[in-house]
Amino acid sequence: MATKDILSPLPGTFYRKPSPDAAPYKNEGDVVKKGDVIGLIEVMKSFHEVQSDADGTIASFVAENEEPVMAGQPLITLNI
Amino acid sequence: MAIKVVSPGLSTTVQDLGRPGYYHIGIPLSGAMDRAALAAANLLVGNDESAAGLEVVFMGPELEFTAPTIVAVTGGEIPPKLNGTPCETWASFAVKSGDVLSFDFLKAGARAYIAIAGGVDVPVVLGSRSTYTLGALGGHEGRKLMAGDVLPVGVASSKARAGRSLEQKLRRKTSNPAELRMLPGLYWHRITEEAGKHFLSDTWKVAPEADRIGYRFRGGKPIDFVPRTPPFGAGSDPSNIVDACYPYGSIQVPSGTEPIVLHRDAVSGGGYFMVGAVIAADMDLIAQLQPHMPARFVAVDMPTALAARKDMNAQAAAVRASLQS
Repeated sequence: MATKDILSPLPGTFYRKPSPDAAPYKNEGDVVKKGDVIGLIEVMKSFHEVQSDADGTIASFVAENEEPVMAGQPLITLNI
Repeated sequence: MAIKVVSPGLSTTVQDLGRPGYYHIGIPLSGAMDRAALAAANLLVGNDESAAGLEVVFMGPELEFTAPTIVAVTGGEIPPKLNGTPCETWASFAVKSGDVLSFDFLKAGARAYIAIAGGVDVPVVLGSRSTYTLGALGGHEGRKLMAGDVLPVGVASSKARAGRSLEQKLRRKTSNPAELRMLPGLYWHRITEEAGKHFLSDTWKVAPEADRIGYRFRGGKPIDFVPRTPPFGAGSDPSNIVDACYPYGSIQVPSGTEPIVLHRDAVSGGGYFMVGAVIAADMDLIAQLQPHMPARFVAVDMPTALAARKDMNAQAAAVRASLQS
């Protein structure tokens, strides 16, 4: 099966949840569709949704919740 | 001639070299955070170096041109693509009607500048086309660009041509870790000798909150203050002062924890003490710092700061001479 990484479009802090006490957007094994929100990047005092750019199943999270990320860094690996 | 905003990027704004003269009434300079990069982009497309262009931060927009023109992209490495094909930076290139300029992921630096022959022709407000978003002033409707916006472009000069390029040695590179030269002073006496030492020796990291108003840093040791009885009008926190003017580049450290360097959209005054100010010659450098990037503050004296400013002006003159020929 082929894999594909979803990359961070921005440098900042990666969050897997819409708010601290909410459930994660997605978990390992979840099916995602192109356009699904998979997390947030916080930068310049605002939050930006990261959308999947492919259909697939989440194989693993490469970046952890609250991890500092750079633009172009893989966040999630999808099985496609 | 106009530019259609297909997608706006993270926070793309119209900026020129700023709106001097109103800081005393609370309206900051604004303008390109990396002034040298905008000036070079303008000269590449035959504009006056103070023409309005677009400042792109971290993530590029997608722009469609409604008529043929000449464009240049400078500054941080957010690689531009024309109709999907990578194009050269620090160089002028021709676009046709209907061409789409888009950008790849940020590779280095933080801000890119797009100049279009004729300049972005939004209305002049208080002498400048720069966007001051906090005050909803200038630029395109006083805000960052949104999808669907249409930006008017002025008339290109006779000097506009494709294929002009700035020689490598005149393009500024960012260093890692960044070294920001600062002039200690203002309220330096408020901190202990030990705190002053580690402020300068610690490696700080750019906080994700850093923006056009102020660049915040964290990761260094908290600052200890010289004990005092708070003067009338100052708060009880040891980092509070009786309200004072905030210079551009001034470094405030609220509660002694996270230094904030005020930048082009600075607030003009307030009640936090400042350990000093980043020198004018290093302000452009800050514009190219990404979140989490390491940075150090290096203390210099006034003659060094003035010599650095002279070097900066000499560099600008060399760029001008090279591109206006």
